[in-house]
Amino acid sequence: MTEFLLPAFLFLIAGVISVPIASRLGLGSVLGYLVAGIALGPVLSVLGVDVIQVQHFAEFGVVMMLFLVGLELEPKLLWAMRTRLLGLGGLQVGLTAALIAAAAYALGSAWQVAVAIGLIFALSSTAIVLQTLNEKGLMKSDGGQASFSVLLFQDIAVIPMLALLPLLATQHVTHEGDAHGGMSLVEGLNGWQTGLATLAAIGLVVAGGMYLTRPAFRFIAHANLREVFIAAALTFVIGIALLMSLVGLSPALGTFLAGVVLANSEYRHELESDIDPFRGLLLGLFFMTVGAGIDFGLLAAEPLTILGLTLGVIALKAGVLLALGWAFGVRDEQGWLFGMSLAQAGEFGFVLISFATAGAILPDDIAPRLTLIVTLSMMLTPGLFILYDRVVLPRYHAAEPRAADDIDRQGRIIIAGHGRFGGVVNRMLLSAGHETTVLDHSSNQLEVLRAFGVRAFYGDATRPDLLHAAGIEDARLLVVAIDDRHRATEMVRHVVKHHPHIHVVARALDRGHVYELWGAGCRDIIRDTFDSAVRAGRSTLEALGMHPFEAERTARTFVNQNRRSMRELADLYDPEVPNHENAPYRDRARELMDEQAEEMRNRGRGAHHEGADGAWARPTLRDQEAARRTRD
Amino acid sequence: MARILHIFAHPGLASSQINAAMWHAAGRVEGITSVDLYAENPRYEIDVAAQQNRLEAHDVLLLQFPMFWYSAPALLKEWIDLVLSRGFAYGAGGDRLAGRTMQLAVSTSAPAEAFGPDGYQNFPLRTFLTPFEQTARLCGMRFLAPYVRHDALHGDGSAHAQGFARLLAGLRDGRLDMDRAQAADALFHDTLPLREG
Repeated sequence: MTEFLLPAFLFLIAGVISVPIASRLGLGSVLGYLVAGIALGPVLSVLGVDVIQVQHFAEFGVVMMLFLVGLELEPKLLWAMRTRLLGLGGLQVGLTAALIAAAAYALGSAWQVAVAIGLIFALSSTAIVLQTLNEKGLMKSDGGQASFSVLLFQDIAVIPMLALLPLLATQHVTHEGDAHGGMSLVEGLNGWQTGLATLAAIGLVVAGGMYLTRPAFRFIAHANLREVFIAAALTFVIGIALLMSLVGLSPALGTFLAGVVLANSEYRHELESDIDPFRGLLLGLFFMTVGAGIDFGLLAAEPLTILGLTLGVIALKAGVLLALGWAFGVRDEQGWLFGMSLAQAGEFGFVLISFATAGAILPDDIAPRLTLIVTLSMMLTPGLFILYDRVVLPRYHAAEPRAADDIDRQGRIIIAGHGRFGGVVNRMLLSAGHETTVLDHSSNQLEVLRAFGVRAFYGDATRPDLLHAAGIEDARLLVVAIDDRHRATEMVRHVVKHHPHIHVVARALDRGHVYELWGAGCRDIIRDTFDSAVRAGRSTLEALGMHPFEAERTARTFVNQNRRSMRELADLYDPEVPNHENAPYRDRARELMDEQAEEMRNRGRGAHHEGADGAWARPTLRDQEAARRTRD
Repeated sequence: MARILHIFAHPGLASSQINAAMWHAAGRVEGITSVDLYAENPRYEIDVAAQQNRLEAHDVLLLQFPMFWYSAPALLKEWIDLVLSRGFAYGAGGDRLAGRTMQLAVSTSAPAEAFGPDGYQNFPLRTFLTPFEQTARLCGMRFLAPYVRHDALHGDGSAHAQGFARLLAGLRDGRLDMDRAQAADALFHDTLPLREG
């Protein structure tokens, strides 16, 4: 037991300590994990932990990451980005790989090794860049969008790269059962049979994803047990990875495909938030194993060569990016942002290195140097962002004042809970031409909504991770219409605290709930049955013979008074003390009731009554006297 | 028989003297359509198509209201803005009201002399009513002199209300001398140009 628990504990504690520190310093979690791994390295080697074995296990995080990338890829979104994705992304990967390969060849590598090195350095760090751009609020800028397109292309390009790398092998893999090996379904089949089995497996993933997952997930969702859904999501991803390995394909390719197939499913956000923690932990573990594997002896032995190569790679990548950005209209400070943010090598570089080493493509003396260069380039990224902030930005900002914010970017509207209340809100918003994202945890309900073309997703809307997956960061508005009063309040508290820019409209179930929501920071609270009760009161007054317009005005006055007193009493409300025992609350409530009764009585006397609200009060004789004097 | 649409606009019927008496008197005139606009549209939700259909089904539009700040109460203004729309009442194809008749029945709190020479209102009453007159003209409608009660804060409204009922019945039966009614400056309960019938 301890031989498993001890390394697990060490990895976890190292990550738990170093990642928050790295985040606090603005370095990002990837660097945190790398540093944790570097610190762990000596300890692990003393304990005799097989770091390479752990790393192969942790690579499953990459498979999960590609599943999530696939989930994000709505075909519509892809189509809108096609020019930048293919043009900018394709040229960046192609040009960078070619230039670096040429440089490596010139420095004396065999051409196969040079190509592998080119591919490794063509990639940038999705994890570091996206996180940093998000933190700095630069995702929606031109440079940020261009960076995102390129990263997306790279993430997809990794799949063919993993497939093509074995073709570069300079020597036959002789060691028994390579790291990824094991069982194979296609062993012993000839060429066309293998091809057929491969096609059948891909067909199975696509068809299964399209037709089988929905009924299966619906069945599981009915059980309403979160852990069962998580287990199902893991089964799904692991099953596909297994199937792909069995027919000799990249598991990452399979899960990526499955992700794309499910990108339009109502279970997308739920799958995303269920898989994401596993992806995060496994990738963290992966980075730590990379950190632990860094050969510092090497850096000490040849510091100038390694540092020189690192800076050379960064300069070359930045140069390619700047030129491409300029050609695609991403210029000035946006061009610099694009060039400097993507100049490092990335986590997929580690994956390619370990894959290429296992496949005997890279000589054993080159791989550790490459790992070191990739790591150093990632560690220098925060420095590049600081350079951008301090040196590049002031130049452009001094020259021209910043244009007004992009206001035509329409923020998302999230509706949590699609029952009778949220449903009406959603229908109104849709009919006014807004796009909404609906979250609900009734799978029957979702079935119906989807049939009518509503963007609805399964999941418990009160979970912050699901809100995150639904895009709360970019949202403009959140409507809280879930039935559980306590969870509704907690949800409001969370969103108001962490996303203060979002306007929250919350449904309150009763007066106490109004106070709770007010206390949680919501300033747009709608009482569930209040409006219908007011209308019933108005109807009753009309039935008693009151003029319909008088009844309408009476109702309006009542609503306004009620709202005023509610606001006043909200400050006296104490969730710990029942209202009737809360003396200040009780006394003020009584006073307010008396004041209101008095006001309503005057109001009831209607137009032309002097005093009251003075509406349409007619002039008096004295007024006419005064008017007559205006003549003189 | 002319078809009369009597539209009454007063936001505070409960405290009204003259206009309430007129409204009740009109209720006793048979064969006309009387509408309490504030009761029909208490939330200002005017169904334009329905209002236009009803308007087209009548020959005479009679608007009854108290003068508020030299104009009509807000809901009647809203009604005019929405119902007398382009393509219906005016503009291209907007000839659906042409040939019909419009008349106002208004009350003012100021006495008659306030609208006379040296009166404190500075202008004759008809000057304040020119927006309505020109509205009728633009719709191709004949605009009759208004049926007026000044000094509405005083006195008993019964004579004026009975006159109003006679005016409505006269319009209905074609006994109102339309030419004289058009030529007059204002009509009062004792100056109605009615023929005996």
